[in-house]
Amino acid sequence: MGYSVLKLGDSASFPESHLLLEQARRDGGVVIVLGDRIPEALERLGARERYRAVVVELRTECLGVYTGERAGEEGSNMLGFARFRLGADPATSLIELVRQPATPQAAIDAARAVFESAGLKVSVCRDVPGRIIDRLVRPYYNAALRRLDEGLASASDLDTTLKLGLGYPEGPIGLLERSGLAQHFDVTQALYEALGDPGYAPARRARVAKQRSLAAAQADAWVQRQREQGND
Amino acid sequence: MSIQTVGVAGSGTMGAGIAIVAARSGFRTIVYDITQAALDRARKQTEGFFAKSVERKKLAQGEVDKILASLEGTTEIGALAQCDIVIEAVFENLKVKHELLAKLNAVCPPSTLFASNTSTLSISEIAAGSGRDERVVGMHFCLPAQLMKLVEMSPGLRTSEETFAAAWALCKAMGQIPVKTKDNPGFILNYFLIPFNNDVIRMVEAGLAEPADIDRAIKTGLGYAMGPLELLDLVGLDTHLLVAEALYASTHEPRAAVPALVKRMIAAGHLGRKTGQGFYKYSGNAMFGG
Repeated sequence: MGYSVLKLGDSASFPESHLLLEQARRDGGVVIVLGDRIPEALERLGARERYRAVVVELRTECLGVYTGERAGEEGSNMLGFARFRLGADPATSLIELVRQPATPQAAIDAARAVFESAGLKVSVCRDVPGRIIDRLVRPYYNAALRRLDEGLASASDLDTTLKLGLGYPEGPIGLLERSGLAQHFDVTQALYEALGDPGYAPARRARVAKQRSLAAAQADAWVQRQREQGND
Repeated sequence: MSIQTVGVAGSGTMGAGIAIVAARSGFRTIVYDITQAALDRARKQTEGFFAKSVERKKLAQGEVDKILASLEGTTEIGALAQCDIVIEAVFENLKVKHELLAKLNAVCPPSTLFASNTSTLSISEIAAGSGRDERVVGMHFCLPAQLMKLVEMSPGLRTSEETFAAAWALCKAMGQIPVKTKDNPGFILNYFLIPFNNDVIRMVEAGLAEPADIDRAIKTGLGYAMGPLELLDLVGLDTHLLVAEALYASTHEPRAAVPALVKRMIAAGHLGRKTGQGFYKYSGNAMFGG
């Protein structure tokens, strides 16, 4: 089935070339809306009813922001999606496809077929903050960082335990140090604001990393200003 | 101290697995249980496991014969008096463990070390009922013990350094990989795993995603070998309930509280692989690995 891609602004899910973008046609039964200017893109798209599915890229927001909600009976041919990535890691092949309570199955199937045709794997979920992975793993990451501070075990023993005990490819401490504690702060802080659940409250180490990155940015800006003044 | 003979109290899934680990590494191993039927069941599973090891060319038949000859079962607790260490893997209940350790304390010489395979109870509290709390240590093997290398080693408040060092050395001599953790509820593994799994179950309970969608997301997005719901089905929801209730009783952390869906599924007989249905449907029920 043919599909088109409408992109306005930067896409977090598809920042680089991908089969999904290469296979797209000028028109088709499904339209994938990418970028960080979704409201404007939807205005440009015009009548959405002519599509089997309109699939908009989400970041931390819910799909309901674009569709509106109606007493738990919302649902249309408009779906949301995000391609999962952890911090600074490359994007994975996972698409979290967001549906609403009354989203027609035909629209879900059509959207799923498009992503799968580009070699991506699709998990369908309801329109909730954090979707599947972030909703599940952020409290675990925060707990690991807190317990490291409390001296439950060394970082190495914590990571070894979770790798060997559960077959995880990486332990939480090594994973967060590599993929970015500041990025973890951004995601978990957004979920904490959305859900109010203390498990999502950023752990001290994540907050420190975020503050450090802000401090570094401030220092860089000062150096840049000094250079510019010197050049004047 | 040098450990030659290892005792295992309890011949359930964990006890049988630990006994395989000990016997396979050349230790004379004595497994104790209260009923002959339990011992027979474990022996049959163990023989099946080693038959697969031969089939998969991991061990020669001669080696297996030697291992099986070094592995004996008994319903007489007095037989454990010959052991340098007894690893208990009985029901996860403080009273049950205290009763067992008191009996062991009466029959074993003072030099025998006691190790607990508890996953959630406090080593210090278990040791307090033993009559030899300086010689009690936490040795939490992972399921299935005969395949998993990790052992969480935890000293209680009164565990002597010599006891911990001897148990650590035994662990390594058995080809396992020990990690040291404080005597905290759930140690490392269950402290993180139980709340995570409860969150996953709550996600299913709330209808936020189907089990297969959650497992696919976790495996694809994070590279986990198994999805959390596949793992829960393997462990069994009855076991998850026990561990989670013990953890919640110790921590009172909201994420450790068992979702209502778990009890509904247990009532319906949907315990996981062992009953043929949990979050998924299954057929077959052989011991894992070989």
